[in-house]
Amino acid sequence: MFIPVTMQLLSGFAETLKVFCLTLVFSIPLGLVICFGSMSRFTPLRWLTRGFVWIIRGSPLMLQMIIIFYGPGLMFGLPSMPRITATLLAFSINYACYFSEIYRGGIESIPQGQYEAGQVLGMTKGQIFFKVVLLQVIKRITAPMSNEIITLVKDTSLARIIGIYEIIWAGESFIKEGLIWPLFYTGAFYLAFSGLLTLLFGKLERKLSYFRG
Amino acid sequence: MELLRVQNLKKGFGSTDVLKGVCFSLERGQVLAIIGSSGSGKTTLLRCLNFLETADEGEILVNGQVLRTVTEAQIRKNRLHFGLVFQNFNLFPQYTALENVTLAPTMLKRDAPEAIRARGLALLDKVGLSHKVNAYPYQLSGGQQQRVAIARAMALDPEVLCFDEPTSALDPELTGEVLRVIRSLKTGGNTMIVVTHEMEFAKSVADVVIYMSDGVIEEMGTPEEVFDCPRSHKTRAFLRGAQEPF
Repeated sequence: MFIPVTMQLLSGFAETLKVFCLTLVFSIPLGLVICFGSMSRFTPLRWLTRGFVWIIRGSPLMLQMIIIFYGPGLMFGLPSMPRITATLLAFSINYACYFSEIYRGGIESIPQGQYEAGQVLGMTKGQIFFKVVLLQVIKRITAPMSNEIITLVKDTSLARIIGIYEIIWAGESFIKEGLIWPLFYTGAFYLAFSGLLTLLFGKLERKLSYFRG
Repeated sequence: MELLRVQNLKKGFGSTDVLKGVCFSLERGQVLAIIGSSGSGKTTLLRCLNFLETADEGEILVNGQVLRTVTEAQIRKNRLHFGLVFQNFNLFPQYTALENVTLAPTMLKRDAPEAIRARGLALLDKVGLSHKVNAYPYQLSGGQQQRVAIARAMALDPEVLCFDEPTSALDPELTGEVLRVIRSLKTGGNTMIVVTHEMEFAKSVADVVIYMSDGVIEEMGTPEEVFDCPRSHKTRAFLRGAQEPF
């Protein structure tokens, strides 16, 4: 039984990985856009962005996924979008909102003096952000980002609610054959993957430990 | 020859007027020391000169040209006339001493990379840190960090080098090395404005001393005039307080 179970779980894990990776690809930059919106000096934009972040962070990801998948059809009679598209849309927006707050915390923790030092040296705003501030921000947000990203690994299992055949669904399908161990096996996949991510983030932290501040 | 002229500079924050019409001028190669108690507007004056604050009224002229502050690009260009050394150094932590000095000239494409590097090394040598070029800020003492900051401020050859209480954040035993560097720059012919609480230093290095109080220049003159025979009773009271043993 081991081989067929493994094959089945691997196909579920491929789906899990797809949701995980693509969500990161979309949400990491989108988070920066939302972050700038929530820090904007243009008050209406700032409040609009903060209100949006409140709604997304304040309601369940599962609910958001269901609404994105069924909503357009039920409310406007639009054809339904592919399940994976709805999943990625919901996950990317949801995680981007969390990331945006982590970014904001990081950016606002950089002392004003760093900006001023760049300004008196005639640097542009862009140069100051990319050459002075960004790396310091990355160093400061590594730990909270790793937290959030490891949570994402496990949140991907929510996607089954709109029919994504992810790994827990794959493991659960063996219950009707009277097997419980595939579920533990599923857990091992999660542990191995989050272990790998922990190692990678540890490596990044060590790489950035050459400076302080 | 007159290098800098400040005319009727005014700046307020909310309902508080911090600068209430400041006028002075400075010749090329002169050192101006600004003294005064905290809250007198010294730092705000320096920040206006470096365009970290925009003055509400008044003009700043360099070489007879009024510096305009309409566009972002104009402000950036204006800043290049001035260099600023901060009280808290504000070095960039992720860069070595040398990289801190060469970053801005590299960004502004001032010269070929090798020439910028050579100039950076020369500046660090000038402030006595040729053995620390590859050290990161956290590996340096406060005095060393401030000397790197001085080299960094000089890397763009500003016409007026400003110091905002450069030794206030330092342990007493580290102030000497920084003051010695500033003194050596005077010998090199640099025009400088130093906001300081170090009265002895102001007295011995400055060509002109300004005593600021409550947003105005209360007294201005040579060190002898201001320190030895101040005309204003406010200046006398301040100096008495500053020199008083406790």
